[in-house]
Amino acid sequence: MKSFLKIMLFCILVLIGFVGYANFGIPQVKPAPPPTEEKLDLGNMTMDQFIALGEKVFNGKGTCTLCHNNVGKRAPMLDGAGEEAVANSAPLRLKDPRYKGKATTPEEYIRESMKEPSAFVVATFGSDGDTKSPMPNVTTGSIGMSEAEVDAVIAFLQNKAGSEVTVKIPVGAPPSAEGGAAAPAAPAKTPEEVIAKFGCGACHKIGKEEGALGPDLTHIGKSRNEAYLRKGILDPDADIAKNCPGAPCSPGMMPADLGTKMTGSELEMLVQYLVKSK
Amino acid sequence: MSFFSGFKRLTCLTLLLSLLFAGGFSFTSIPVFANMANAEEAVKSEGTPTESVKEGEKKAEYPPAPKLTAADYPQIGGFNPRILVWIVAQLHLWFAAFVLAVPIFVLIIEAIGMATKDQRYDNMAYEFIKVSMAAYSITASITAIMGGLLTFTLLVFYPDLFKYMASLFSRSMLAYAFLFFAESASLYVYYYGWHWLEGGFKKWVHLTIGLVLNFVGTVLMLLANAWVTFSMSPNGVDPATGAFLGSEWDVIHNFLWNPLNLHRVIANIAYGGSIIGAYAAYKFLSSSVKEEKAHYDWMGYTANVIAVGGLLPLPFAGYWLTAEIYAYSQQMGITLMGGAFAWLFIMQAVLIGALFLSVNYYLWCGMGRSEGSGRYTKHIWWIAALIVGCFLVWFTPHTLVLTNQELKALGGPYHKYLGPLGIMPAKNTAVNIMIIMTFLSFTLYRRANKIATVSWAASGSAIQAAIFVAAILNIIFLGVYHGYFTNTAYKVAASIPQVLSTAVVIISTLIIDSMMFKGAKEVGPLRWGKVPDRSQYALFMLAVSFTWLMGLMGYVRSGIRQHWHVNSIMRDNSIDAFTPTIGVAAQVVTSATVIFMAIVIFIFWLSNISSKKSAVH
Ligand code: HEC
Ligand code: HEC
Repeated sequence: MKSFLKIMLFCILVLIGFVGYANFGIPQVKPAPPPTEEKLDLGNMTMDQFIALGEKVFNGKGTCTLCHNNVGKRAPMLDGAGEEAVANSAPLRLKDPRYKGKATTPEEYIRESMKEPSAFVVATFGSDGDTKSPMPNVTTGSIGMSEAEVDAVIAFLQNKAGSEVTVKIPVGAPPSAEGGAAAPAAPAKTPEEVIAKFGCGACHKIGKEEGALGPDLTHIGKSRNEAYLRKGILDPDADIAKNCPGAPCSPGMMPADLGTKMTGSELEMLVQYLVKSK
Repeated sequence: MSFFSGFKRLTCLTLLLSLLFAGGFSFTSIPVFANMANAEEAVKSEGTPTESVKEGEKKAEYPPAPKLTAADYPQIGGFNPRILVWIVAQLHLWFAAFVLAVPIFVLIIEAIGMATKDQRYDNMAYEFIKVSMAAYSITASITAIMGGLLTFTLLVFYPDLFKYMASLFSRSMLAYAFLFFAESASLYVYYYGWHWLEGGFKKWVHLTIGLVLNFVGTVLMLLANAWVTFSMSPNGVDPATGAFLGSEWDVIHNFLWNPLNLHRVIANIAYGGSIIGAYAAYKFLSSSVKEEKAHYDWMGYTANVIAVGGLLPLPFAGYWLTAEIYAYSQQMGITLMGGAFAWLFIMQAVLIGALFLSVNYYLWCGMGRSEGSGRYTKHIWWIAALIVGCFLVWFTPHTLVLTNQELKALGGPYHKYLGPLGIMPAKNTAVNIMIIMTFLSFTLYRRANKIATVSWAASGSAIQAAIFVAAILNIIFLGVYHGYFTNTAYKVAASIPQVLSTAVVIISTLIIDSMMFKGAKEVGPLRWGKVPDRSQYALFMLAVSFTWLMGLMGYVRSGIRQHWHVNSIMRDNSIDAFTPTIGVAAQVVTSATVIFMAIVIFIFWLSNISSKKSAVH
């Protein structure tokens, strides 16, 4: 027992040494929090705000500075001075005899570099004889930038180089435009009609229908309240249900545009109907 | 006799437990398995309700990876799910690593015994497995318990992740459960069949059983490795949606699978050695009988040699793994070596330095076993000084690549002591010299009790000394030249000739030694057991540092996925998706290590009681 305690004490002292060094011996760098998916209000943005957005993405979510910095020399500088700014070096790239991509303007070149990095690989930075770029496509995978964010970064890079900003702030189609055109003329009068009109039964067990892709809705009012159900119809991907028969529920299956197709009274009828389905 | 029956009881308990948990495992995976089959059928056979759905189905026969929100992560009773799963997974890994490692080296020693027809080796192998068996049967059940607990915690706290993984790995998870059972079964046959299957053909049968045992164990680990590496470098799924593409082999055989496999096999051997070393040290310290002390001293020494044998190639396997991570994704590679994680490698350097120092210290203490050691003890101080010097160079941090925010937090990309010593060639130089010096300690130790009788002994030693000096000079020259007088692209060019120099020293010394000490005179019998108690603490130091290091590096391996459950396929949207600071990670790893060491030492203590009882009876 004595040696048991002695050894335990020794081990704990060693561990205290280690954990102490980890906490006080080296600087505590707080890693950046995971990127959030922000909703962009592009409609009301000025160009300055758009450029600022680009800068934020460049330093944050885009993780561009992880590679494009002047410390590691792992990738060409993009936001430096003179030819260290890609907006200035892009015309040279386009004239390079190795250039086989589709871009014709610096703007297109930068966009291509971000979405198809291997289209042209800056000499000495690639592998396989500079045919493969180590840079990932920034619109997919773990970076996952949107088209608008790509444009914003281009605007930032052009502005930083002091050249003309040629990108335009993309105007997202206002949601009402589409829905307005598709809105059916005759609104349904009963909840059953609403269900039939929008084909809920194709996927759900509801009323007499026997759909088996989405969750059974015949007793949905028991476990879900009104607000949840309304949200479940208007924004189905916000919260994915777990009880689909057969396969796990997955986002994108339940139509996301119901909110733009239904009239207000149809939606309310439907929600009340579901709330009462106990 | 009662010892034996105690053993039997333990055995039954273990078998029962492993059965239970193997069973538990298959039960948890079977429904998922069945579920998947249903899903496939549902998709195939069901009438297609609307046009839009029809299209979606044709494309994806399998559902995409779920997209989760914070609400999909159950919060139960104030537990922090991440830390809980983290600790449980880590404990499982430690126990499993030990359980898999022991049979590997027992088999190797047994085979050596068979090849050399030297009964000592066979006895030693049996001794190893027998002595570790008491600890082992408990350990194996704890491994099973931890495995069950891990499945359970994952299922409770990360249900969607578990379901997704189980849907991809349905068959291999089932295979895992059965293999687990096969592992325990073959282990017991191997152990209890030892004396029954002796001599001639029977011995071959026994060796084959040992081989099967190790094969099963290795496959077990490879399967688990596949789950882990899939989450880092996913393969066999649609890169856009994460939907399974139909071949489980593709999912298993992902990019980082083999690099991790190699790394873990080697590390297991070293780790198993270090834990057995701790066991022997514990027995040594708690015993007062002279023969027992001698016995456990010898055992600790052998285990230590095995641990070091595994430790030496480990940096190179680690290097390969890192290189492959870079090759898979430069982004992940830089997250690993630059940014916040870079400091972890400084921690790692400290830890490995501690390992090297304790190994050397142990060897120096061990010289007391021999009367002839006085001839060499005078060299210890400069060897120690060189090792410490190299260690300091080694842990000078490398240039850090940081994101802008991190740069600001730190006030610059450079550590305040960062000078020319921070670059890679300097570190390679240091580490190679450290390895050579450790080998020198080992060589001196082996010589301590021998006097060469061959006529050329003096010139032989001189040649060896010359090789040591030449190799070290060469390593330093290569490091300095490539590090400071060539441009960046050639900096790494030094590493291979440096490693070769080290290898030349080791191999040539071993060859010359074996010739020079053929028929050498022994100074006196080795006085096993005649070492100071403090030498045994070096063995504990080794075990604790190793355990902690594994925990920390396991955290990095997992942490470089950042906010992804499965890199770029399935996002972690729980509130714990952030990367903690190193300090916090170290605290978690430390708590896990304390739990682990407490269980392990408690097991040692238990087996001590049972063997004491048997000695009395
Ligand atoms: C994993 C490292 C990495 C990340 C992250 C990364 N890049 Fe790159 N990038 C490279 C490398 C390496 C090159 C040079 C090879 C090539 O031309 O593809 C490059 C080239 C480029 C080029 C062409 C440069 C030139 O001089 O022609 C542009 C433009 C670019 N990157 C933009 C970006 C942007 C914007 C981001 C962030 C959204 C980003 N990169 C993120 C590694 C990276
Ligand atoms: C194309 C198939 C499909 C159609 C058509 C469809 N749904 Fe769904 N629905 C799903 C799936 C799949 C889910 C589960 C995934 C999710 O939560 O988004 C779901 C989920 C729901 C939920 C949430 C259930 C829960 O327990 O959280 C509600 C409520 C719902 N649907 C109502 C409706 C109504 C009302 C309609 C008709 C207006 C409808 N759905 C039409 C497939 C469909």
